[in-house]
Amino acid sequence: MISNKETIIKLAKEGKRLDGRPMIEYRRPIQIETNISWTAEGSARVQIGETVVMAGVKTEINKPYNDTPNEGGIMINAELLPLSSPEYESGPPGMKAIELARVTDRGIREAKAIDMKKLCIESGEKAWFIIIDIVTINDAGNLFDAAGLATLTALKAAKFPQVDPETGAIDYKHKTDESFPLLKEPLPVTVYKIGGKLLIDPTSEEEKAHEARLTVASDEKGIISAMQKGGESPLTIEETAQMIDLALDKAKFLREQMDNSLK
Amino acid sequence: MTYTKRLDGRKADELRPMEAKAGVIPNADGSAYFRAGKTTAYVAVYGPRELFPRFKQDPKKGLLRCHYGMLPFSGCGDRIRPGNSRRGQEISMVMEKALAPVIDLSAFPNAVVDVFINLPQTDAGTRCAAISGAAIALADAGIPMKDMISSVSMGQVDGTILADLNYDEEAYDGVVSDIPVAMTHNTKEVTLLQMDGEISKDDLIKALELAKAATEKVYEVQIKALKDKFTKK
Repeated sequence: MISNKETIIKLAKEGKRLDGRPMIEYRRPIQIETNISWTAEGSARVQIGETVVMAGVKTEINKPYNDTPNEGGIMINAELLPLSSPEYESGPPGMKAIELARVTDRGIREAKAIDMKKLCIESGEKAWFIIIDIVTINDAGNLFDAAGLATLTALKAAKFPQVDPETGAIDYKHKTDESFPLLKEPLPVTVYKIGGKLLIDPTSEEEKAHEARLTVASDEKGIISAMQKGGESPLTIEETAQMIDLALDKAKFLREQMDNSLK
Repeated sequence: MTYTKRLDGRKADELRPMEAKAGVIPNADGSAYFRAGKTTAYVAVYGPRELFPRFKQDPKKGLLRCHYGMLPFSGCGDRIRPGNSRRGQEISMVMEKALAPVIDLSAFPNAVVDVFINLPQTDAGTRCAAISGAAIALADAGIPMKDMISSVSMGQVDGTILADLNYDEEAYDGVVSDIPVAMTHNTKEVTLLQMDGEISKDDLIKALELAKAATEKVYEVQIKALKDKFTKK
């Protein structure tokens, strides 16, 4: 490929991109598939352009935390599989994977998207814990948006497994038709700044040229539940406002894609 | 007591429905998707690329390295903790031995070919799906190969020899053996052979004879995946 950082920045200044896309448009295709893993309680595969991620949900019954005896819990983990890019190596999660997991987690957790009280089975004794694992299959950029979309879709598609009434053990092979208690549906959109201009859904090469980025998770009412600024450059308040507007607008678009795929 | 009717209604020598695609991971030098029933594997090949640390380099031949991993949500029980497991490391090692005999390692001295395998869902036969997928991905990556490797799990349940056991059959309450096999296409030599359970020597040899036809069916799916990719447009 002839592309490089300088070309990307030069083009961005003119409001152009290497792949000819408008600055504020997602790549195509956007494909959202559910139930890609029968062993998970819920799962989704999301493709945005050449980026592919999967999210799988498992459940466990554990003792609630001491400070929240009437609540269950969630955990979100992300793995950047060496399968998905020549840049990733085997081993414990690096900073990029940790940030991806934490930003996705905060979008869901801080929105109070899951009714944690409804996850409680027996106060102080037993509650459902939901564990979401995000994995990359092909990292071609914009993992934040793809991971957030896969996570929410997997949560929406998930069903609780059956529980043996005698032993209390989970029967993972048989699902109930009970969905998770979802109160809100937050989705993250990340806006990037390159060459002083704003754009969304960067390719891997565009990501390497970014000056700043802002991930904004918002629910179906446009209420923001989590944000994360990244990159080396500062942002003015005006830029921040523009980025949020753009993120809220694009979240609607992603939500439509998700809802259509779940029909 | 004999096992005459399989739990999922298949004939004794009938494999589960298979599906294979080559070139599914654009970042990789070669890649594949392989499905046998409810077991699915993604495989990515990176390389040949320089092998580090350098003292591991061999000027006479390259290294084939496999990395097998079940994804955390791919088991039919509890979540699987991410990271290396002893089981995963052993399977990676036997996969390398299963694939290496057909690969011309001298074609990439000092280098390594990394094969990454991740499974989003499993219903037994994971190492076989991984090997069959890896062979497609290696061919897709243009790694010099003198033959194809196809893999399927043979087995015996209460006296009946079967092809491609699923999890319920492996866990069947009776006399069960599970025999993952990989074979070269042209010479029908065995490159992977493991066995768990109970089987007589005569029945084992019978199972291996039947593996020829079973792996041939896998081979057809593998070749079709490669042809589909390379005849497109």
